Amino acid sequence: MYVIKTDKLTKRFGSLVAVDHVSFTVEEGEIFGFLGPNGAGKTTTINMLTTLLNPTEGSATVGGLDVEKQDGKVRKIVGLVPQDITVDDDLTGMENMMLQSRLYHVPKDVARERIKEAMSLVGLTDAANRRVETYSGGMRKRLELAEGLIHYPKVLFLDEPTLGLDVQTRVVMWDYIKRLRDEHKITIFLTTHYMEEADVLCDRIAIIDHGKIVALDTPQNLKDSLGGDVIELEFDEATDSQIETLKTMPMVKDVKKIGEAYMIKVSKGEKALPEIMENLLKMKLRIGKVSLVKPSLDQVYLEYTGRSLRETRGETGEIWRRMRHMRRVRG
Amino acid sequence: MIGETIALTRREIKKWLKNPFLLFMMLVQPVIWMGLFGKALNLSSFVSVPPEFLSQLPSELQAQVPDLLDQMLRETFGGTTDYFTFMAAGMLSVVVLFTAMFSGMSVVWDRRFGFLNKLLVAPIARGSIVLAKVLSSVIRSMIQVLLIFGLAFAFGLQVGNAFGVLDFLGVLVAVFLLSLGLTSLFLAVTMRIKSHETVIAVANLLNLPLTFASNALFPVGQMPPWLQTVASLNPISYAADAVRSFILHSNAGLDMAKIAVDFQFLIGFALIFSLIGILVARTGLRKG
Ligand SMILES: Nc1ncnc2c1ncn2[C@@H]1O[C@H](COP(=O)(O)OP(=O)(O)O)[C@@H](O)[C@H]1O
Ligand SMILES: [Mg+2]
Repeated sequence: MYVIKTDKLTKRFGSLVAVDHVSFTVEEGEIFGFLGPNGAGKTTTINMLTTLLNPTEGSATVGGLDVEKQDGKVRKIVGLVPQDITVDDDLTGMENMMLQSRLYHVPKDVARERIKEAMSLVGLTDAANRRVETYSGGMRKRLELAEGLIHYPKVLFLDEPTLGLDVQTRVVMWDYIKRLRDEHKITIFLTTHYMEEADVLCDRIAIIDHGKIVALDTPQNLKDSLGGDVIELEFDEATDSQIETLKTMPMVKDVKKIGEAYMIKVSKGEKALPEIMENLLKMKLRIGKVSLVKPSLDQVYLEYTGRSLRETRGETGEIWRRMRHMRRVRG
Repeated sequence: MIGETIALTRREIKKWLKNPFLLFMMLVQPVIWMGLFGKALNLSSFVSVPPEFLSQLPSELQAQVPDLLDQMLRETFGGTTDYFTFMAAGMLSVVVLFTAMFSGMSVVWDRRFGFLNKLLVAPIARGSIVLAKVLSSVIRSMIQVLLIFGLAFAFGLQVGNAFGVLDFLGVLVAVFLLSLGLTSLFLAVTMRIKSHETVIAVANLLNLPLTFASNALFPVGQMPPWLQTVASLNPISYAADAVRSFILHSNAGLDMAKIAVDFQFLIGFALIFSLIGILVARTGLRKG
């Protein structure tokens, strides 16, 4: 039983294709992750699924309801915890929650119970009557999460739920999100650009890049699909023919150059490494750095997008996005 | 729809009350205006006749001159010879304008801070978002008008000798209609605006002409004809005129015909613009 289904879902902003013919399904009770760098189209996808934006092309259903034609009904069954913090600074945590419960037509007495429950779940009981102005970033984010739960949504959309949180708070949030799914059977669609988050939390991950899904599977399958380990090598001035020789070695499956480093995919890293080193020395190549990388989501990401997600995090993501935009402008 | 509207209106009012500084600033500005403009101008000193001139007139005329001047002033200033009273009455309408403008601008903030998205993703009627903005602006306007009225009274507002509770209610109704129309007008303008800079520029652009091309601060009779035409289309003129008539209600009675014209205009303005405002705002809230 799927709860979300998209069919060639597409959103254009002028000439920019933010989401590009994306098709996937999310099963009931699943934690499904959209992993991708800033500007990949994650928020735009969420905005379409939560009826904030109309698709330019394609369609999507949530809980069997068309997001465009039955938007009013969709709104009743989804909860959204947006990327940017939108709780009202001038009000207390409690007042924010009360307002939210009014917006979702939760009767007052029921609301009181649920607010108590949600606030304690996110650890804000003591701060409930303080003005949000005095909250830390993590507390605001948690309040935002509590708000998304007030009407017991069937599907909860979490847009970068741990963006900007410190490591401890992040782990607490992960715990909390898992409990939501386990105890309340809520289907969760989340976006993130943190590898660990996708790895730890998600039952299945879609890697999205430039508005397209480039891979979709369980974290384990994605890692297995790499088909082995990667040896990361830096050496200078290799000729094309030397690389070709490297590629023909028995254990080597593939050689790729990413930045300064060569990524050599091999079946058994520990055995292949000495042989490769020997060969390189024979070819009189000076070796800079060596590392053996076991399959990880980082590697998966690299494999499918040709970039390391580490390069695209935080501020660098912004720069990278601008560069991508320029590239697009140049053609 | 009703529950949501009330909840959202309460949010606006709460936010307002929790910012005493903002509330204070909203009061300080009109008070400064009233103090500086209103008290600076002493009308009777402008139109007095020098004694050496007066003494050359026949004695029966001499006695009539002050009365004549007084009458002239009352004619021009809608029934008062005290400029402070004249402009304080007008100030009440200007306060409504400022509050309406502020409410219009707050939509842009809500959009920028993502609060609007939170409302749009909730299963509520789109109209309640707009309605709550209008309602809260009207409530704020009324409260401010009450406070300013009290302050003006303390500073020497000279109400007419027949001024009573009914006149006071009349003032509130006029202010209410003006607030309804102006807030809707500003919401219609600001609903699609995305940036703070733009909305502030737009507000400033509308603010001055609406304030000064009206009879709120200066009598229209003195203005060049083109400005008089503008003022005669400006809802603030009608509200200020009605408010002034009520405040100056004297034993001579109210000019009901004039007040009827004022209210006809105000009711029309409030109705038309709240309809336009709600329609425009609803299309403004449509998703992209
Ligand atoms: N309202 C909009 N108008 C124009 N471009 C937009 C708009 N919203 C998003 N974009 C662009 O669409 C792309 C995808 O953005 P977004 O979905 O926010 O990415 P993500 O959430 O993955 O960081 C970006 O290039 C962004 O600049
Ligand atoms: Mg985003």
